[in-house]
Amino acid sequence: MTELTELGVKAIRDGVAAGDFTAREVAEAHNAAVAAAGELNAFIVTTPDHALAAAERVDADRAAGKQLGAMAGVPIGMKDLFATKGVQTTAASHILEGFTPEYESTVSQNLWNAGAGMLGKLNLDQFAMGSSNETSYFGNVISPWRHKDGGNADLAPGGSSGGSSAVVAARIAPAATGTDTGGSIRQPAAFTGICGIKPTYGRCSRWGVVAFASSLDQAGPMARSVEDCAVMLGAMAGFDPKDSTSLDLPVPEWEANLSADLRGKKVGIPKEYRMEGTDPEILESWERGKEWLRDAGAEVVDISLPHTKYALPAYYIIAPAEASSNLARYDGVRYGLRDLPDGAGLQDMYAATRAEGFGDEVKRRILIGTYVLSAGFYDAYYNQAQRVRTLIARDFEKAWAQCDVILAPTTPTAAFALGDKMDDPLAMYLNDVFAVPASLAGLPAMSVPAMLNGDGLPLGLQLIGKAFDEQGVLNAGLAIQQRAGFDAKPEKWW
Amino acid sequence: MSVDQTTVAKIASLARIKMSEDELARMAPELSQILDWVEQLGEVDTSQVEPMTAVIPNTLRLRDDVIDADPLTGGDKRDAVLANAPAAEHGFFGVPKVIE
Repeated sequence: MTELTELGVKAIRDGVAAGDFTAREVAEAHNAAVAAAGELNAFIVTTPDHALAAAERVDADRAAGKQLGAMAGVPIGMKDLFATKGVQTTAASHILEGFTPEYESTVSQNLWNAGAGMLGKLNLDQFAMGSSNETSYFGNVISPWRHKDGGNADLAPGGSSGGSSAVVAARIAPAATGTDTGGSIRQPAAFTGICGIKPTYGRCSRWGVVAFASSLDQAGPMARSVEDCAVMLGAMAGFDPKDSTSLDLPVPEWEANLSADLRGKKVGIPKEYRMEGTDPEILESWERGKEWLRDAGAEVVDISLPHTKYALPAYYIIAPAEASSNLARYDGVRYGLRDLPDGAGLQDMYAATRAEGFGDEVKRRILIGTYVLSAGFYDAYYNQAQRVRTLIARDFEKAWAQCDVILAPTTPTAAFALGDKMDDPLAMYLNDVFAVPASLAGLPAMSVPAMLNGDGLPLGLQLIGKAFDEQGVLNAGLAIQQRAGFDAKPEKWW
Repeated sequence: MSVDQTTVAKIASLARIKMSEDELARMAPELSQILDWVEQLGEVDTSQVEPMTAVIPNTLRLRDDVIDADPLTGGDKRDAVLANAPAAEHGFFGVPKVIE
């Protein structure tokens, strides 16, 4: 019998449809893998019954000859930023501990409608603020990867979707949902040797996703192949009248239209992404990526995105500003934690609740956001950042006159050890230097694994596409996947 | 631009986050470092540029003006709305006394 936990999304779906194994068998195998992986601390809650119930519905539908959905029989991990009816949803915060939604997020509902089941709610950086999964109230997620020299240092799985990246890389789930505000799908995917795509802003509904920075937040899939990402993105995406920025467009047939033939396509190489201090092995992976895309028939051209260096500082004004506003809702009144000191009035209760309920990084960002939006500073900080954002989007617009898709590294380094950057917020922020520009411009962008570095750790390559052109991103990703032949996986130690 | 402890205390109060002196002392240099770093945006000439309002051009939709059009979020949901409240009393959100 095939090792069911080694199978990806498509292989599971097709195997269930063909009767090679039942959805129940698949769910049981993955539930067992979840139960055995406590050391990774990837789940905040596990939901084996959800996975089993979904699997049984799929098996019954198949027996009844009904048509099966695009994710039929696939058990997935759900980032704990998506509201799931009747299942605790915390955003990895203390302030939402115990919060049990009365409703289901649109994206998770779409996945259940397509036949997927849920293995559990995945750990993340608190309110998706972080790049190493060290800001969770429920503890760090530990990457399944280790240095090949046998060093036992715990490595970061990336963030904020660190639980997602860890379980997919560790063969605990074939796929997981992620969300990406400034790299939170792509950076953890790169750190753990898996694929992840952030679609065009508006493709996936934000309804029922705990808000961080609403003009940037986008959900997307994380899986072990480009094909699996195409399948799952198709199931997640779609117009939702409950999200005011949802794209009212049909969902393209990404899976059916996958093609690694890039003849006639131009791939842009942005010179500003060759930054001082970038790890030479990252640059080597970039060179290989160019060769692979040339081999697939594409022409590689040099381009310029002149405002790249301003993307990260603009992001660290815009995202905290939006966060300070979004997180104002946590007041200890309607849901979540309440801290009511003896004799306290309403204002004291707000302040005590938020002091108790938010972690340090969340507080830091709320304070930055409050500051840059405050009277007297709004123009100099917030408006200037939004103007720079216009220029960054314009850089990409100009680039599309010269190329169809952009190739760049996903991250400036491979995974670092837990604890390495926690006392220096700026050093942590710099992790997302290559990921943030596409977020600010709302563009689809993907990370695919390229190679292992000298320490035996994965490096990812990033593809950035035109708005609405997820297909171009996926196709270039497929061309890289076929040529990189990346099949490394973490050795099981947990 | 660096911020001192008094400024951080003022921001924390605006953001309704209670902070001890220790926390304020720790936060002030961290925030200053971040604000110093974002200061570089001032180098960019944006005199001819409008601030971004939407990454993907999108007109806001209006829904039909129908009461309880969405069964999920429509009326008669009091218990669901209150289900996660830390103090729900008599069908309302309970809060400490606001008026003396």
